[in-house]
This record gives sequence, C-alpha cells and structure tokens, in this order.
Amino acid sequence: MDTIIHTQDLTKRYGSQTAVDRLNLEVARGEIFGFLGPNGAGKTTTFLMLLGLSEPTSGSARVCGFDPTREALKVKRVVGYLPENVGFYDDMTAVDNLRFVAHLNGIRDGALAGKIDAVLDRVGLLAEARKRVGAYSRGMRQRLGIAEVLMKEPQVVFLDEPTIGLDPDGTQKMLEMVRLLSRERGITVFFSSHQLDQVQRICDRVGIMLQGHLVGVGSMDDLAKRKLGVDQAQYSLEEIYMKYFQEGVAAATETTGQAGR
Amino acid sequence: MHGLFVMYRKELEDHFSSTRFILLLTVILMVSLVTTYMVGTGLRKELEGFAKPSLVFLLLFTSTGALFSLAQFIAFFGPLIGMILGFDAISRERASRTLSKLLSQPIYRDAVINGKFLAGLTIISLMLLSIVLLISGMGLWVLGVVPGWEEVGRLAVYLVISIVYIGFWLAVSILCSILFRGLATSALASLALWIFLAFFMALGASLAADVFSPIPPGRSSDPETILNHEQTRETVASFSPITLYSQAATTILDPTRNTTRSLILMGPMERLSLSRFQNPLPLLQSTLIVMPYLISLVAVTVVCFAICYAFFMRQEVRST
Repeated sequence: MDTIIHTQDLTKRYGSQTAVDRLNLEVARGEIFGFLGPNGAGKTTTFLMLLGLSEPTSGSARVCGFDPTREALKVKRVVGYLPENVGFYDDMTAVDNLRFVAHLNGIRDGALAGKIDAVLDRVGLLAEARKRVGAYSRGMRQRLGIAEVLMKEPQVVFLDEPTIGLDPDGTQKMLEMVRLLSRERGITVFFSSHQLDQVQRICDRVGIMLQGHLVGVGSMDDLAKRKLGVDQAQYSLEEIYMKYFQEGVAAATETTGQAGR
Repeated sequence: MHGLFVMYRKELEDHFSSTRFILLLTVILMVSLVTTYMVGTGLRKELEGFAKPSLVFLLLFTSTGALFSLAQFIAFFGPLIGMILGFDAISRERASRTLSKLLSQPIYRDAVINGKFLAGLTIISLMLLSIVLLISGMGLWVLGVVPGWEEVGRLAVYLVISIVYIGFWLAVSILCSILFRGLATSALASLALWIFLAFFMALGASLAADVFSPIPPGRSSDPETILNHEQTRETVASFSPITLYSQAATTILDPTRNTTRSLILMGPMERLSLSRFQNPLPLLQSTLIVMPYLISLVAVTVVCFAICYAFFMRQEVRST
C-alpha cells in the first residue's frame, strides 16, 4: 500500500482538554477515506494539524512525505483544503476569487484564464462565473470551493463536511464530484461527514472518531464483521456507527464514574 | 516574496476600490484645501508691504488660520487615517472565513500581514504626498511665492516623518485586529489607545514629574529643580509617539526653532545670544535634531509589528 497520509500518536490538547488523542492513521494514495464522528470529535483539529495550520502537542504526521509542522509550505503546495463553510471575498466575482488563489499558488497568468474556465465548467458554474460571490447560494459556494481546490491540482484534498447544509440535489452533485475527483485524477480524498448513507456510497474506507479517539478504521465490510457479526449485504453504516457510538459513550461514562470514585 | 507581492497587490486593489478610501480622501482634501486657502489669504494680507521674509512658504503649513494649521490637522487626523485603513485587516478575513483559506495556500503567514501593512503604507504615502503637492500648488497661486530648495527639503522630511507616524498607527490597528475577534472591538481598542496617548499621556507625564522630581514649595525659582522636573516630564512624555511626532514635525517645519526643548533656562547671556542669532537653522541641522525622533518612531512601529508577528504566527486558525 502506497501511504500518502500517515500519523503516529498525533495528539492535540487545549488546556486540560484533549481534542485528538494518539491518533494513528494511514491513508493510501488514490482512495476515498471517510472520517466520521459526532461534532467535537476532533476531525477538524486533525485536518488542521495535517495542514500545518495547528501545531500538534505531541506525535508526528506525514503528508506526501512531508512533515506538516516543519515543512508546512511544501504540504500546502500539494494539499487542497475545503474548510467547513468555506469563505470567499464576497465583493469579488468567482473568476477574481479563483485568480487570486491561483496567484497565491504561483500559477502564472498565461495559462490561467483557460484553467479557471475549465474548473468552473467542471463544477457547473461557468454561466455564473462573472457574478459576485456574495450573490451565490450555499451550494454554489461549496462548488466554487471545489473548483478552487481543483485548480491547485493537488495530490490530496481535505474536505471538511462538504455536504453540510446542502439540499439533496446539491449533495448528490457534490458526492458525484468527489467521486470523479478520485477516479479521474487519482486524487486522494480525505473527507469528514455526518451523513452516513453518503459516506457509505462513495468511500473506500472509513475511520470513526469519538472524543478524540479513533475507535474503528477499515473498509465497511471489515467494520460490519467486527461489530455486527454479519457477513455481508444486510447492514448499513449507520448501524455500525451507532454501535461504536454507544460503546464509546458507555466507556466514557465508565471512566468518569471511576474518576468520581 | 511571491506571496507577499500577491497579497500586496490585492490589498492595494481593495483599498482603491473601497468607498472608505474615497470618503477618506475627500474629507482630507476638502479640509486641506479650505485651510490652505484661508491661511494663504491671511498670510498675504499680513505680508503686504514687507520684503519677502525667508521661508515664508512653510508658514502655509504651520500658521493657524481661523481653525487650525495643516500640520495640526495631520497630527490630529493622521492616527485616524491609520486606524481606518487597518482596523479590520485580519478580523475581516476572519469574519468572512477567508483567513483559513488564505493560510492553507502555500505562502508564509507573515506575507499576509506584511502585504496588508505595505499596502496601507502605500495608500498613506500617496494620500500625504498628494495633499502636500496640492497645498503647495495652491500656495503658489495664493501667495505668489516660489518655494526654495530649503523649503522643499523641509517638506520632504516632514512628509517622511508623517508617513512613519501614520504607519505606526496602521501597525497598531493591525495588531488590534489580530488580537480581537470582533470588528468593532478592534476599532475601539486602537481608538482607546489613541485617546490614552493623546489626552492622558501629558497628564501622566506631569504627574510622574511631580512624583519623581518634585518642586518643593520654597524652591520654585531654583533652576536646577525646575530643570530636573522638566526633564522627567519630557522623558515620560516622549514615550508617546504623539509627542515624538509633534516635536519632530514642528521642529522641521519651523526653522527658527533650534531645539525641541520647550523650556530653556535663560540667563542674560543666553538671552543676548538668542536675540542676536535668531536666524533660521539650516536644513541639515534641523534634520539632525529631528533624527532621534524619527528613529524612535520607526522603533515603536517595529516593536508593534514584532508583537503582531508573535501573536499571528501562533494563532490558531479555525474555520468556524
């Protein structure tokens, strides 16, 4: 397996609170990896550490062979990041927004115009390319975010809740785009989501985070076998997830109970 | 370097197309032109019948007409210009959620604040330069006096000092926008600092002088005591960039002032020598007097920027 993201005992503490606790994770090149977990489980924190935007308290990480803490610039050159609720300069047009980001990435003006049109066409925004982004709907903004990531031609993309707040149609389009990203261009996709049925549909493997711990990782079948004891066919990710979740909550109450004693 | 240039260009574009810049420029131009006209016509009346006094052109900037002199106006309004240009530098990016995107691009973090600062500084320089040129042009027309090299040189030094001074306030407001999350909070914080330095520093300075080198009741005419008292007061006061600036600006614009000290103890000999040598200082000498002030101003700005770096480099960047 050609590993593109690798973390070893990656830990982040905020004061006494541990956001991510000794995370050991491997993501292979070209796969779609789904990152599941309730709010506040440490998914975004993990993304930020992998991007070098936040410094880990201890442990180490490698993204495309680079250390995000020490070689942040090299990591940022090959990683595209779509944050939850991506922001744009609202008083600029979509094209201007993309051009600015392209300049920041050192893409030269010569090839730029064609490239911007190509990515906007790819996400279906070419008709609205000259509109101010302030007038965009949520789904359009999200798609523009994907266009921005595409323009960088990254090896890995981090998508933080890309489907949150989208209508069913928008969600459908977004997922289709994510899948194509991976299949057509061989880009590794690492994305977090709550919407389990969608994750199930497009992910090769999933990891489940609970309160900073990675409690389960593997393909859907693996997890189903491990947790539900069923062979195939009749399970949904939701069941697996809930199983993990309930176990996690039970374990947590146990430990707090012990601490109280 | 590359990221810095891209940021700089974008910020500059933003400034030029913003309503805020246009309003600011309009207000400043309006005040400057009206004041110059009033001062200019006043000067012309006063100087009627006199041979051309030396360095009359600088009087355009320093003499108070009906309201205030231009130098006073810039000293008062300059900090506000700096603050208006910088108060939302980082907090606006944060509010529109573009900061995390910006920082996940392959540029150094300091390119973001450097680009913003340099763009602001460019705007300030352009504004001041255009004001001084406009006023000079109008002065030519109203006074009918052509400025000599000496005067042009003094104006240039004055311009540099003013740019550095307003640059300091720009740095302060950028710092506030890094430290505070809300737009209004950051604007108010820099405003508070300005009010403190402008109004309470002088008060604090005389208080400090009273405490550290008091003038005992019976010895109010003892020169040494008074001198000590004054020195303490000036030392404390010069911690404020406002004091630094006003001292430097008045010294460079008024060539007959040959020291920045406000109190000179004079015996009969000194008085004699003063009245005999009441001649304007050459430009080089004035510049020498002003230099320490200019350097202090630059130093304060650099310190302010260093604090910006220290905070911004470590700040957590979250998208939500």
